[in-house]
Amino acid sequence: MRALEPWVIDPLQTFLDESSARLTLLMTSSGQVVAQHGFSRSLDVMTAAALGAGIVASTDELARLMGATRFGALVHHGVRQSCMLSAFGTPRGRWIGLVVFGPETSVGIVQLFFDQMVEQLVTIAPREQAPAPVLAENFEGELNASLKALFGRQ
Amino acid sequence: MSAAQTALDRVTRVPGVRGAIILSASDGLVVAEQLMDGIDGRAAAALAGSLVGRLTRAARSAGLGEPAFVQLRSEGGSILAAPGGQDVVLVAVAGPEANVGLARLEMLDAAGRFV
Repeated sequence: MRALEPWVIDPLQTFLDESSARLTLLMTSSGQVVAQHGFSRSLDVMTAAALGAGIVASTDELARLMGATRFGALVHHGVRQSCMLSAFGTPRGRWIGLVVFGPETSVGIVQLFFDQMVEQLVTIAPREQAPAPVLAENFEGELNASLKALFGRQ
Repeated sequence: MSAAQTALDRVTRVPGVRGAIILSASDGLVVAEQLMDGIDGRAAAALAGSLVGRLTRAARSAGLGEPAFVQLRSEGGSILAAPGGQDVVLVAVAGPEANVGLARLEMLDAAGRFV
């Protein structure tokens, strides 16, 4: 498990221990990765983060068109693996969690401990630093720096 | 009244039973519930579903077949679970004063009827 911000590690590790999730990705709503577990290639992380952020943006818009509030979580049930995508508010902005899990656990367990992780993250998140907007000219540099931190290489 | 609601009524009428849940075994999600205040149905369903799933695998591995009934005793009472067909489990939360024998009979009968 790798995290860009150390305060994320404990809640995420507890979630991983309790939920038996295979892959987990925490990212900002713009797709910037905050922490990951289980991914071995930086390309996979970049792709999953971009797709996850895109899906959440699409479902948010769908909810808006339906006159509903935002959807809580999106679960895709597969035969061998399932995937949960859930957005949540933190003092550092809106984040997204992408969790891939297998039949060794259940969506109920994953949702239960995911919600507990979110509560912990919201409680312990440092308040002093507001998230900086991502500018186009900084994007590539920030992305490479994040991937280096998450994988130890570029 | 639905079959699920009837099953929950029968179980929760047993003295000392604080609530009952019908859950999807593979998902650990609540199908129907009838619980006293203070019992987190979502957490109980997820954890009891996981417990029953693991015990089922353990029983199969030991060559014992499918478990018919599970009782987990703790200081404050018991968790009772009766796996039914169609991927559902009937779970009851019982206090220490509960008539567990009667609850077991009602649960086995109810689990057999509503599935």
